[in-house]
Amino acid sequence: MEKWILKYFTLIRVMIALIIGVIVTILMIYLISEYPGESLKYFFTGPLASKGRLFNILEMAAPMIFCGVAIAISFQADQFNLGAEGSFIIAAAVGTAFAVSTNMPALLHIPLVLIVAGVTGAVWSLIPGILKAKWNASELVSSLMMNYVAFYFSLYLINSHFRDLDAGFLVSLRLPETAVFGQFITGTRMHFGIILAVVAALWAYYFLYHTTSGYEFRQTGYNKSFARFGGINIIKVIILSQVLLGFIAGVGGMSEVMGIHGRFLWQGQPGYGWDGIIVAIIGRSHPILIIFSSLLLAYLRVGGQVLNLMGDVPAELVNVIQSLIILLITAEAFLGQWKYRITRRQAEREEAAK
Amino acid sequence: MNELFSSIFSVNFGYAILRVMTPLLFPAMGIAVSTMAGSQNIAMEGAMLIAAFFGVIVGAFSGSLWLALLAGIAAAVLLCMILGYFHLKLKADIFLSAVALNMFSSGITVFLLFMITGDKGSTSSLPSPVFPSIDIPLVEKIPVIGDIISGHNILTYVALVSVFLFYLLMFKTPLGLRIRAVGQNPDAAESVGINVNRTKMYALMLSGLFAALGGLYLSMGYVSWFSKDMTAGRGFIAIAAATLGGMMPLGTMISSLFFALVSAVAIYIASLNIPSELIQLIPYLITVVALAVFSGRALKGRREKIAAEDAGGTESVQEKNNTGDN
Amino acid sequence: MSNNILDIKEIFKVYPDGVIANRNVSMDVQENSIHALVGENGAGKSTLMKVLFGITPYQGGSIEYKGSEVKFSNPREAIAAGIGMVHQHLMLAPDLTVAENLILGMEPLRGKLFLDADEAVRICREASEKYGLAVPAEKKIRDLPIGVRQRVEILKALARNAEVLILDEPTAVLTPQETDVLFKTLDGLKAAGKTIIFITHKLSEVTRVADRITVMRDAQAIITRDMDDLDEVKIASLMVGRKINTERIPAPVKIGSVKLSVRDLKYTNSDGVEALKGIDLDVRSGEILGLAGVEGNGQTELVEIIAGLMAPDSGSVTIDGTSVLSLTPRQIREAGLAHIPEDRMENGVAEVASVEENLIVDRYYKPEYNTRGRLYWKLITEKSKELIKKFNILTKSSKTNVGSLSGGNIQKVVVARELTSNPGVIIAAQPTRGVDIGSEELIHNLLKQARDEGKAVFLISADLDEVLKLSNRVVVFYDGEITAHFKDASKVEDVDLGPYMLGIKKEDAASGKMDS
Repeated sequence: MEKWILKYFTLIRVMIALIIGVIVTILMIYLISEYPGESLKYFFTGPLASKGRLFNILEMAAPMIFCGVAIAISFQADQFNLGAEGSFIIAAAVGTAFAVSTNMPALLHIPLVLIVAGVTGAVWSLIPGILKAKWNASELVSSLMMNYVAFYFSLYLINSHFRDLDAGFLVSLRLPETAVFGQFITGTRMHFGIILAVVAALWAYYFLYHTTSGYEFRQTGYNKSFARFGGINIIKVIILSQVLLGFIAGVGGMSEVMGIHGRFLWQGQPGYGWDGIIVAIIGRSHPILIIFSSLLLAYLRVGGQVLNLMGDVPAELVNVIQSLIILLITAEAFLGQWKYRITRRQAEREEAAK
Repeated sequence: MNELFSSIFSVNFGYAILRVMTPLLFPAMGIAVSTMAGSQNIAMEGAMLIAAFFGVIVGAFSGSLWLALLAGIAAAVLLCMILGYFHLKLKADIFLSAVALNMFSSGITVFLLFMITGDKGSTSSLPSPVFPSIDIPLVEKIPVIGDIISGHNILTYVALVSVFLFYLLMFKTPLGLRIRAVGQNPDAAESVGINVNRTKMYALMLSGLFAALGGLYLSMGYVSWFSKDMTAGRGFIAIAAATLGGMMPLGTMISSLFFALVSAVAIYIASLNIPSELIQLIPYLITVVALAVFSGRALKGRREKIAAEDAGGTESVQEKNNTGDN
Repeated sequence: MSNNILDIKEIFKVYPDGVIANRNVSMDVQENSIHALVGENGAGKSTLMKVLFGITPYQGGSIEYKGSEVKFSNPREAIAAGIGMVHQHLMLAPDLTVAENLILGMEPLRGKLFLDADEAVRICREASEKYGLAVPAEKKIRDLPIGVRQRVEILKALARNAEVLILDEPTAVLTPQETDVLFKTLDGLKAAGKTIIFITHKLSEVTRVADRITVMRDAQAIITRDMDDLDEVKIASLMVGRKINTERIPAPVKIGSVKLSVRDLKYTNSDGVEALKGIDLDVRSGEILGLAGVEGNGQTELVEIIAGLMAPDSGSVTIDGTSVLSLTPRQIREAGLAHIPEDRMENGVAEVASVEENLIVDRYYKPEYNTRGRLYWKLITEKSKELIKKFNILTKSSKTNVGSLSGGNIQKVVVARELTSNPGVIIAAQPTRGVDIGSEELIHNLLKQARDEGKAVFLISADLDEVLKLSNRVVVFYDGEITAHFKDASKVEDVDLGPYMLGIKKEDAASGKMDS
């Protein structure tokens, strides 16, 4: 048992953090709600209660998966680029601009728009990567700044050049039919982008764990000196990890436009980059686990919405809980004493067995 | 274009710059002090928000401006202490913890707002006190300058005075010296008996105090209510301002002024049908360029290939190629 | 001996990993003397001083200071009692001024709140004058050369009323001129009534300034005595120890052509210290060239330059006649270099990666292991299992994290990878450091085997027994130079190497070239 605990310690720590999160949720609902039993039901079973809500979870999880996977790839190479948010939005804007100003059959239009968006995102996040590689500028701060540049530039592009003047508010022109994802379950918003997100996660898993480049990423992330010593080009790894981050986040942004909204409609920062960080942390930067952590976060969000709508507790409860969970997961020393005691007992036992 | 210039060189414009600068300058000083201590606190956004909220709520229910001030400061400082606890004691990545605390603040304020007022948007229904505006005697009589400098909210003056106090604290007191020492070489500080974690905690608390004043200004000076996510990224812009200002008091003030100028220009330009977004992105772009230039300068003079490689390696590759033919 | 200021008795210190660093070490220090603590790397000198200064706990023995027993649980207590330590890595804040660094932690106040900057400068100047240590009080540490920084560090201890001053290898980072100044300073401090303990392995320094000496070897204090008639040669033999009949492997049968060749290699580090002063050497196929020398004399730089991890100022390195200086680490490996690194945890392995991931870092990209980027994990696991078996690596499986293995087994992972890359040249830097006897034996046999297969082996080791056991030729390194070249290692004993290693003797125009 103890050996098992040691082996899966990080995973167990995440689970314990999640359990604490759930307990705090229950406590808060009890504390606040006038009819806590009902409220708990809304929160925990509400998201599963109807087909529509189930689909809501899926469509909400899609951009989280995209951004989470994008960030996980750079985390695995020990890069701390926050640029997912910026790549997401600027790719959506440029992709939208491209989609509304071109005209071709859907079979060509959809992939081309996605590629334009992905490349835009990649180029965008390449900038902090180059600044880091060339001048050692902190990719953290520069990518944060680039997010704002991306945001304002996107607004400029859409509001000044591709604005739908007939709409009552600031949005882009509608994408042509040939550049919109079909819905594969009619009557819902289940769009192709959701499948694309899962494919991206599977691909990232394959890339990280089954290809030579992924191997290079991970070794660089584990120990830069070792990677360099072994002959890995770590500059290439830094640059390429940023490119992939931007590409995947960019495709995620465009897929949101093509699947859900049909046009670019953000006038504030959508925050998917931050969501991506959350799901990447909860999923321990593992692409497959990120699918589940995204579903979990989306489930909590939908639960919060249901609670908000039907019960008497605001949906922001979820933000409070998710931040608590992340704090606990990132605290290296959280449960550290426990692990230390087990390790010591194990060592003593092995010593005695000799 | 003439219209633009006439509005930029107007008195109102000068007044507006100082007004917009205040909620940037406070958190920028918070970033600066925590960075000097070697533990950059990017939870400014959350700390401002939570202070803005508790200030209004306590103010509205007690009717006391002092209690409001106290509540706002307490909330933000406590938030930064939680950050310190997780970072220093539980060895969490300070950056990720700060991200979590920003989300926490955004969530908890709306959550409580709803619990207290039944409204999720703002506290405009609550009668909350505001910090008074002050006319500076004599100065107010001076034409133009008086109109620009006088008549601001008291917190704007506090912000300007804080720059000086901040300078005094960091460069003229033992605590400031210790904070800087801890940031530059914690081992050195430890070796002469300074408690590194405690000193860092003081710096984080101080950053919380600055954030609190920034947040309180927003909800009880700039406007007179709290609204959801009203900090609108100012805590992050503060990172840019402090970075551009080299983490120094005066530099931070100048760059905050610059950021304020640009956003004020953007507001005016928007009214002239020129896309304001392009103006708004300028400060961030400049920060990125400045970041590259400053980091690049720090890199110069390093010879070891390893060191250069850590920093990216291009320099050493060139060096290597040059010597390879010898 | 009533004038002992310090009496260290029977100190026993074992580290958590089971390494005994001090085995009942005793040493007495007389008041108002300069006491040298000498010994090779790993002899336990630094540990002893850490024990004394309260940095690390110990398991047995006692320390008497000024006649009463003391036990410091942290450096602060030691400082308060009047003991100061100047660490090898200087404890200074780079952007603070000299005066600010000096008064840090005991800041003078003006009023109740403010720092008295003038007073700080005054304290600094006063201390500076009192001890004759010139420092620019108002300059930032960042802008000062290393020798001056060290002076600041010494002043820092003195300003805290240190009576006993411990200096940990103070000359390691200094230029000869700076060293002279330091020694004058030490004499001055002695004249001012201070007691100085300084750790070193440079014997010329000992004979220059020390009144008394303690020699440590293998975690024990061999002797503590007055310098009197001790000369460098005698100290050297005490340090190195006289071991008769060092074990030797049979000499190589067939020595071939030059595989690795280094010419006039120069390198100056960022502190301005010349780490390599024009190195020439050759290693031929079928031989083991041993490089003996106390660590920190330029060996690390030499190896890293050959492996492409560092760029020299000038000179050339060729493998099989091809210049490798402009190549990347991977290209150099492809040219036939294998490298067992000196610091295995830093360069040799990624702790959190599995054994098999660590075994393929130099070859995963080769067509054998992947098609168009797709790794054959099954094959990699199989091959890893073979290596685990062949090199006797004790691990639960090939998927176990390397970090959970013992030191010896981690080193076997490194050796298994490096020796199976079919290299022409093998650099083995400290190949058996910190490994158990069994692993050491295995690694030695493997190096011999590689030699007999016609590979050129370049062995760098601080362990003289190891150098003499394996090498057929030996060069000695001191202060960035080759000070001796023994063409037939079988006729050499460790005492012959000592004087060259410690800088007492130097052959004229020594090099490791074959045509010389």
